[in-house]
Amino acid sequence: MIITIAGKELKALFSSPLAWIVLTLLQLILSFGFLKRLDDFMQIQPQLMQAPNPPGVTELVVVPVYATCAVIMLFAVPLLAMRLIAEERRNQTMVLLISAPLSMTEIILGKFAGLMVFLLLIVGITTLMPLALLAGGSLDFGLLASVIGGVALLAACFAAVALYASCLTAQPISAAIIAFSLLLGMLLTGETASDGLRERGWTVPAALAQVLSPLKNFESFAKGTLDSYSIACMVMLTVVFLILSIRRLDAARLG
Amino acid sequence: MTATTTEITVSAQGLLRRFGAHTVVDGVTLELKRGEILGFLGPNGAGKTTTMQMLTGNLAPSAGSITICGVDLLDKPSAAKAHIGYLPETPPLYRELTVGEYVDLAARLHRVPKGERQAAVGEALSSCGLAEVSKKLVGTLSKGYQQRVGIAQAIVHRPDLVILDEPTVGLDPNQIREIRNLIRTLGRDRSVILSTHILPEVESVCDRVVILHHGKTVFADTIDGLKKFHGGRIVHVGLRHPPAAGVLAAIPGVARVDTDGEHIFRLSFDDKADPTDALVRRAVEESWGLFQLVPAQTSVEEVFVQLTQKDEAAA
Repeated sequence: MIITIAGKELKALFSSPLAWIVLTLLQLILSFGFLKRLDDFMQIQPQLMQAPNPPGVTELVVVPVYATCAVIMLFAVPLLAMRLIAEERRNQTMVLLISAPLSMTEIILGKFAGLMVFLLLIVGITTLMPLALLAGGSLDFGLLASVIGGVALLAACFAAVALYASCLTAQPISAAIIAFSLLLGMLLTGETASDGLRERGWTVPAALAQVLSPLKNFESFAKGTLDSYSIACMVMLTVVFLILSIRRLDAARLG
Repeated sequence: MTATTTEITVSAQGLLRRFGAHTVVDGVTLELKRGEILGFLGPNGAGKTTTMQMLTGNLAPSAGSITICGVDLLDKPSAAKAHIGYLPETPPLYRELTVGEYVDLAARLHRVPKGERQAAVGEALSSCGLAEVSKKLVGTLSKGYQQRVGIAQAIVHRPDLVILDEPTVGLDPNQIREIRNLIRTLGRDRSVILSTHILPEVESVCDRVVILHHGKTVFADTIDGLKKFHGGRIVHVGLRHPPAAGVLAAIPGVARVDTDGEHIFRLSFDDKADPTDALVRRAVEESWGLFQLVPAQTSVEEVFVQLTQKDEAAA
């Protein structure tokens, strides 16, 4: 049943121009950045060879591509997710889902899964670029896997927050604005709060504040260090916002 | 099927719904058996749509209980909703899908098994007259066709209870007749709840009528009961040589006299009185030339107006 709803969402995404525009722009920006960095890397490669234990192409070229992808997602996910619930409310099609023998959990998970498939597709086409480098050399596959996992988890966090924002209103544009404000607010407060609190030696509040900052958690993946606390933070953030979304739908029924 | 014809498909007890301090539905109770069509009437804002939203699980009641085919809607919403097909006031259509895709999606969402799905979709499309437009986009169809797509969505999983909120709005007279025939067909082996403003529609398709006013049930009976609502309290009398106007009104038990022209009089009686005998005796004794004496059949419209305006005056 979750698959049915996810399929419907994907179909709706691809029948609107938004998905194609996002994919095109993303590909343009990422490939431009990728080629620029690759060019720079080729130029400084002779100097790098003389240094002891030099950084490789994966660290200098591939990881920044995913970092750019993460930043673009920060803008793109609110737009891609805004329709999920808000538009169903505005067009009064939510009734079809609620009258069907589905639980609110299935509806939310289906919508989330549909968006995630699209976001993983973005991660997938981003990965084609580093894979192209295999034609002329080798990559640090451990680091590559770590950064792909990090970007996927980051996408899940963004998607859950944006889905929740879409549950709050019947206007898709308002949903996008709320989602973007929430994400940006979380990133800023989470990052500064966790750093500030840690400096004062308050480790527990600092650790809690870190949950709010998915981009900070992503950094450890980008270094190739699999930090279990970062993984836990991102999973936690996703689950919390999915639960909030389910509760929001239930609340609408109770009025 | 015959064994299940007396089965109760929906039973709602004391439904109450408040929005803030405002009570929209106040103690509505209804029960419907398989094979019955219930007409749901009431002025705008009487609470019809709210009641239907509660019956379909779109809105939780503030108090009261709902049982669908023996399953409690509030305890086991998914199991209960599987028995319901619902067409809300605004059909919940995805404009970017084709008619066939949309009805197929509705079937999937209602967990129609894979093997039966194609047949179920085909049947729903053909019974709503949509077979030839199944490849068109829902968004490009006319209002009448969109309404039919909404009905197809409500019946594709062959529910035991079909709830239609104003299904014939925006349709032309031919389409209205087709939809009415469809509703009659549905009503043979399922239950149908139908809300409408078109009163003759209720007379022509429904077995039972519930009239809501200010959230309360003001009338609940069969169509026959509705026609007898006045208990023969209105009589049309034809007199060739009518007496002076005051004479008829003076007969004990007669509440009001209206004239439709020179010879036909419409007599309303007091609540429990039956002055027919007295009337006939006087007519013979005084040679009024009685040629017609017909107890009026009450139309839904009369009952509706009477019940929903009486309250207004009192309020």
